[in-house]
Amino acid sequence: MTTTHSAEATLPEGSLQEHFDATIARDQRIEPRDWMPDGYRRTLVRQIAQHAHSEIIGMQPEGEWITRAPSLRRKAILFAKVQDEAGHGLYLYSAAETLGADRADLTERLIEGRQKYSSIFNYPTPTFADVGVIGWFVDGAAICNQVPLCRSSYGPYARAMVRICKEESFHQRQGYELLMTMMRGTGAQREMVQDSVDRWWWPSLMMFGPPDGDSPNSAASMAWKIKRHTNDELRQRFVDMTVPQAEKLGVTLPDPELRWNVERGHHDFGTPDWSELKRVIGGDGPCNAQRTQRRRSAHEEGAWVRDAATAHAAKQAERAREREGAVA
Amino acid sequence: MSDDHVYLSLAEGHEDDARWAYGTGFEDPLHGVDTTVPAGVDAGSLAADCVALADDALVSAQRLAEWTTRAPELEEEVALANIGLDLLGQARLLYARAGQVDGTGRGEDAYAYFRDAADFRNVRLAELPNGDFAFSVVRLLVLSSWRLAHFEELSAHPDPVLAAVAAKGVKELTYHRQYAAEWVVRLGDGTDESHRRTRRALEQVAPYFGELFTAYDVRDGVVAVLRQVTEAAGLPMPVYRPLPGAGRSGEHTGHLAPLLAELQSVARAHPGATW
Repeated sequence: MTTTHSAEATLPEGSLQEHFDATIARDQRIEPRDWMPDGYRRTLVRQIAQHAHSEIIGMQPEGEWITRAPSLRRKAILFAKVQDEAGHGLYLYSAAETLGADRADLTERLIEGRQKYSSIFNYPTPTFADVGVIGWFVDGAAICNQVPLCRSSYGPYARAMVRICKEESFHQRQGYELLMTMMRGTGAQREMVQDSVDRWWWPSLMMFGPPDGDSPNSAASMAWKIKRHTNDELRQRFVDMTVPQAEKLGVTLPDPELRWNVERGHHDFGTPDWSELKRVIGGDGPCNAQRTQRRRSAHEEGAWVRDAATAHAAKQAERAREREGAVA
Repeated sequence: MSDDHVYLSLAEGHEDDARWAYGTGFEDPLHGVDTTVPAGVDAGSLAADCVALADDALVSAQRLAEWTTRAPELEEEVALANIGLDLLGQARLLYARAGQVDGTGRGEDAYAYFRDAADFRNVRLAELPNGDFAFSVVRLLVLSSWRLAHFEELSAHPDPVLAAVAAKGVKELTYHRQYAAEWVVRLGDGTDESHRRTRRALEQVAPYFGELFTAYDVRDGVVAVLRQVTEAAGLPMPVYRPLPGAGRSGEHTGHLAPLLAELQSVARAHPGATW
């Protein structure tokens, strides 16, 4: 993409736009140093930041169970998974920084409620089965959303997504494997799994966002090839993927309208309660306040540590300069 | 990359356990290792040594897990989890070895979930609450330096299993000590507040030193490390005031029982369950 960069110095904006449009049309990647329209940059920063925030807030619902996991093997798996989420947050904040955003500023926006994270993490995790169901449904839905983003037009985001998707698919299998084990256990464990499935199914379908007719940001993102499939297409894909897995597991998905449609070659399914999604996105979900509060207190309580690291680095640099001065 | 391939691959069976993070996938951690207790090694004391070292690691991992979503920076989330996972891995291997040699055939979870505080043999420093980040990194510096010095000796232990666990642990603990030392230096040198907090943390850990050096004769090496780090951090070496009692004898602070109650809560609430 170096040709684009050198073009920037000489070409008027109209030509830059044409070059950008041609790059998108050829399915080539936009890289950080390339010219891009402001709207493209803003949309990407918003989307990548929301994604990073979702990874970080998403550590909380499952993270609560690390200290209580009922076997050392499950404890290690869960601890490693939650750690992976912190790692995903880090790569995504780095991808946002290639667009000129600043991690500290994005964190401020998150804790002040000016930027969103996935609504799914505002639901509570009252039982250990929720750890398995989050892996199966929530990581599964995240994969459906994110696999197409591995072909996103913005290079750093696409590359981060390749690594993240590999790890998410691994988490999904671990979650499903926990549920398989629990379903082979006691009656109380089977009930715990079904109860968790009942609570997470509809919120998981809402993870794909509002229906296509009501999704304000989708059209531009599709045209710019930041997004590659519509919300409804991805939701359908998730349902089709999950139904046979539920059968194999021996649980019932809580939707009386769910059935195979031979003509469409897809499952028909009921309509999620979109007013609930609006409420949760609007801040009124069961755990919104708690999630933001935890992130805020970790950030505020850690301020003296970050200040100390900055002060130490500055003192070290000063000492290095003094030593050089003494040598000279 | 093809979308469809990734989606399809999720529905298929997978046997590629090599991708499981941090050795979490295995059922038998000592698979393939000769587990016969060598002649001249007392099985009872070998088992007791393994349990004590495993208890230190498990209790420390539990405290590190409590930092999850509360760390001062995302890099610290990742690093503290790494250290916690290493220690959890050490605990699992050591419990497994204890179960093989103590004649009970117990698995790792029997030790972790179905013993009470009085049966735990961890040193008390491991069970103290996390406090602030300064206390946590100062404690980590002391415990990792102490454990590393002992593991270096244990890597020549006549029991090949314990020796192998220790040799693997040496690499991990070297990183833990390095991480903690870097933070103690940053905090000691950083701001007035971080200096004050770190100095206080050193004073808070000092009463628990005696117990560490009674357990293993590694005092000189550990003190040398602490002297080097505190000097680089511009902090005074803490005054040594030994506290009576020892976790190794089953004497604990009031902090261990609640830690274990949380750790064991789900496992004990579902007798007969499999996870």
